Amino acid sequence: MNWEILGIWIGALLSLSLYSFLYRDNPFYKFAEHLFVGMSAGYWVIYTIENVLKPNWWQRMFPAEGGFQIVWVIPGIFAFFMLARIVPKIAGLSRLALGMIVGAGAGLGMVSVFQTNALAQVEGSIISISAGSAFEMFSSLVLVVGVVSGLVYFFFSKEHTGIIGGTANLGITILMVAFGASFGYTIMARLSLLIGQSQFLMFEWLPTIPRILGIGGGA
Amino acid sequence: MRIVIPLAITFVAGMIMVLNFFVPHEPFKLLGDNLQEWYMIVASAAIFLGAMNLLHVHFRKIRLKLKNWKYSPVTIIGFLMMLVTGIIYGVVEGMPFDYLFQSAVVPMGATMFSLLAFFVASAAFRAFRASNWRATLLLTSAFIVMLGQVPIGAMIWDKIPLAKVWLMSVPNTAGQRAVMIGAAMGVVATSLRMIFGIERSYLGGTD
Amino acid sequence: MAGMIEKMGNLDRRIIFILIALSVIIPLALGLIFPNPVGAEPSRALFDYVEALPAGSSVLLSFDYDPSTMPELQPMAMAMLQHLFRNDVKVVGMALWPMGASLGQDAMSSVGDSLGKVQYEDWCMLGYKTGGGVMIVRLGSGIQAVFPTDKDNVPWSEIPMLAAYSTLQDFDMVLSLSAGDPGIPAWIMMAGDRFGVPIGGGCTAVSAPQFYPYLGTGQLVGLLGGLKGAADYETLVREHPDAVGAEGGRAVAGMAPQSVAHLVIMLLIVMGNVAYFAEKKRKGGVK
Repeated sequence: MNWEILGIWIGALLSLSLYSFLYRDNPFYKFAEHLFVGMSAGYWVIYTIENVLKPNWWQRMFPAEGGFQIVWVIPGIFAFFMLARIVPKIAGLSRLALGMIVGAGAGLGMVSVFQTNALAQVEGSIISISAGSAFEMFSSLVLVVGVVSGLVYFFFSKEHTGIIGGTANLGITILMVAFGASFGYTIMARLSLLIGQSQFLMFEWLPTIPRILGIGGGA
Repeated sequence: MRIVIPLAITFVAGMIMVLNFFVPHEPFKLLGDNLQEWYMIVASAAIFLGAMNLLHVHFRKIRLKLKNWKYSPVTIIGFLMMLVTGIIYGVVEGMPFDYLFQSAVVPMGATMFSLLAFFVASAAFRAFRASNWRATLLLTSAFIVMLGQVPIGAMIWDKIPLAKVWLMSVPNTAGQRAVMIGAAMGVVATSLRMIFGIERSYLGGTD
Repeated sequence: MAGMIEKMGNLDRRIIFILIALSVIIPLALGLIFPNPVGAEPSRALFDYVEALPAGSSVLLSFDYDPSTMPELQPMAMAMLQHLFRNDVKVVGMALWPMGASLGQDAMSSVGDSLGKVQYEDWCMLGYKTGGGVMIVRLGSGIQAVFPTDKDNVPWSEIPMLAAYSTLQDFDMVLSLSAGDPGIPAWIMMAGDRFGVPIGGGCTAVSAPQFYPYLGTGQLVGLLGGLKGAADYETLVREHPDAVGAEGGRAVAGMAPQSVAHLVIMLLIVMGNVAYFAEKKRKGGVK
């Protein structure tokens, strides 16, 4: 048994089953879709056990050199609280675990997002004002005016009329260019995925067919 | 009490992270380090929660013979295949768990999302209309990027890639930066509301 | 003529599907390779930054993606690893996404083997951890606390190359291959802005436009966006005088079908608009 060729065939047949959805929904698609969901969930669980719970929790609570580190019971209890959500009678306990997750996430997010996505961006926009060639000056002007007018568009506490309305309109225009660029990139991304899978089917799977036939079906 | 204790935990966890940021010394370093390590373990439980929920949904489908219930055993068997091979052989490269991942999960995952190529093309054909000047601007920007990103753009006219680079680094950066700064303000406001217990919807209800 | 335009507007979506499939399959089947010139792109900035790292430097390479975006990000991983190994840079891998751990291991071992690099001496894969940004902050005060073992549960103390690292700041740069959240933004926030480690990386084309503001501020030293970014890096790695035995080229090979498919989609959009305006004019005429 050639495991490599078998693996390629499993992958190719499952891929073709999924592509059959383009014609219409059918049992082959449904089979592959359900298998994908189940196997992905299984993968996640195993990796969480092998790469997180085993080394970062269990082996620390019960170290190789012996003993029992009681402090590691605390995250274990919180993790149990999270799982309590599936038992309706004690589902309320999951709020304790959620409180910890949300609190830590909010505390970290608040300072980090403000530093990286607000302060550094304002600073970057100011620094971008350069006195180079006429075209560079034009570009930096577009950048600064674009950021400011885009922000004005998002400022809803004042009615968009007069100067604010005009600036907000300019903001929408800049945003449209940005969204157009995003759309172009999105099309590219989706096609790249198709190209990648086509390369697999054409250059890895198809060449195995004559190979198998050449051997006379003995692979 | 049902809501007070979770809110207190949220406040304490949030403040530890904030203080750890501004004062990366003891005692906040120790508190921060421990909270961050515990966070990883508690967050892992969410993955188990998802898997248990998935199994619950499919066993229920089989029991009540709901629509498409005949495919539910496929999901359960797929889940068990990965679970059993993972437990017995571990995640080492080349072992059965890794083999199943590389031969089945990888091609299925890649194919599932490559289907979007067809639908995005169909949607672009049907919905992408130059119905006013702003939509035309959006369309023009998309066309410049689509041509500038591929070699054929430079073959048509060697200035197209340059136009793409300018478009991405000036108007696109301006628009994205405005969105970024605006969203950052939203994150700060929401985080503050969560830490101080004003925003409670994540706890599911207000009782 | 009017009937033809109306037919064009009501084109069956399966015909569109066939056109897209053919626009990808035909260039691949013909083996078309288009030259891929690399201009003043963020991909060149990333290549130049990595190229300037002296031999013996260390890079933390984070595989923050899964198979759904693998056709875009795996070629980047392969090209980056070829570049890093060729320049004798030590590479420590990890993943913020569970499936990234297996994909990363696969990329590192195949490129490492082809260039004669030894696991645990020149490279190692620490594996996956939950927690995203929160976990990255912990790396800033101690890596071993987050990774007591590698992906295959080999203890930290038994891996010779890891003795050189105690915190995130011991790395000369972090490279993240990012398909979403957690990914590049988390690395910039926690490792870049908080601990001062230079950040670079690659991302899917979908998220590339959102990351351009980070390039303008220097928060990102360079960026590979989608398959084009991967093709750029492959080109730059292969063009280099030291590029003996450089393998891959899957992204460059993908640029021909990508070009044709873009033209087909643009043509479809133009056809859709012609039909739309003809319909609008016809209705206006009836009024």
